[in-house]
Amino acid sequence: MVLNIINKSPFSHSAFSECLAVLGDNDRVLLIEDGVYAAQADTEYAKTITALAGNNQFYILQADAQARGIADRINHDVQAVDYTQFVELTTVCNVVHSWY
Amino acid sequence: MRHAPYGRSLAREGLDALMASAVFDQDLSLLFINDGVFQLKESQNTESIRQKNLEKMLAALSLYGVNDILVDQQALEQRQLSVEDLSLPVITLSATEIADLFQQQHVIFQF
Amino acid sequence: MSTLVDADGNPVKFDKEGYLRHINQWNPSVASHIAEAEGLTLTEDHWEIIFLLRGFYTEFDLSPAMRPLVKYVSNKLGPDKGRSIYLMQLFPQSPAKLASKIAGLPKPSNCL
Repeated sequence: MVLNIINKSPFSHSAFSECLAVLGDNDRVLLIEDGVYAAQADTEYAKTITALAGNNQFYILQADAQARGIADRINHDVQAVDYTQFVELTTVCNVVHSWY
Repeated sequence: MRHAPYGRSLAREGLDALMASAVFDQDLSLLFINDGVFQLKESQNTESIRQKNLEKMLAALSLYGVNDILVDQQALEQRQLSVEDLSLPVITLSATEIADLFQQQHVIFQF
Repeated sequence: MSTLVDADGNPVKFDKEGYLRHINQWNPSVASHIAEAEGLTLTEDHWEIIFLLRGFYTEFDLSPAMRPLVKYVSNKLGPDKGRSIYLMQLFPQSPAKLASKIAGLPKPSNCL
């Protein structure tokens, strides 16, 4: 099980799309820093997340969503995590893949 | 401005440069395009990432004599944002109007 | 100034130019010490500007340059005080820098 970490905005960087294209069953995706914009409800990227949510789990770092003023409009298929849960995620997944 | 706040230091540096120019009484236009429009999103709370709050800093622009804040309407729409989601009153521009604006400038700084 | 301590008894730290390193270590006696080192004795008029500046910093996360400071003072205290000359009399030479220093704020970054 791979934990994919994305820190770039999907609107100006292809990391998000590239990552989703190679996602395996049960792989997880954690959105941090500017990556959190992918989870903003009703955007084309949030719709892609909803389409994949049956097979994959999506997370967002709450502190980064709050900083950017979008914490109250996150797609329901994305789970908010704090720094402690971020660390836990990296320990339960056997591979961590960071996308830059 | 075409970059989101916080992920990189560009937004902050751009604002510093803008404020320094404003102090010298330059005739300025400030335009937000692409992910730069996210800088204007209201309700930013940066306590947990320990960075300066860009929303607060932008609120000082009128004191620096920068009154017209221009925004790419299309960039807002792509990001599911409306002018009501923004922390400051803005003037929205179409793609053609933005192209014209660039033609009118003597100097352009992009951050 | 090396013996100055904050509310928790920790030594108050300054940078090379005499600005406070940590804004939360500020209190009025720290302000008086900084002012004294700059050769100033603080009056009610000084304090009014000092507290106004701290309000500016809380509101905008920013130490103001001269122009926005003048405008802000004018908005809050009226046009008589919102003038460069008034601020120059209170905080000679470079009011934005000097008043920020005494108010415990970082040096104004866009004040050239």
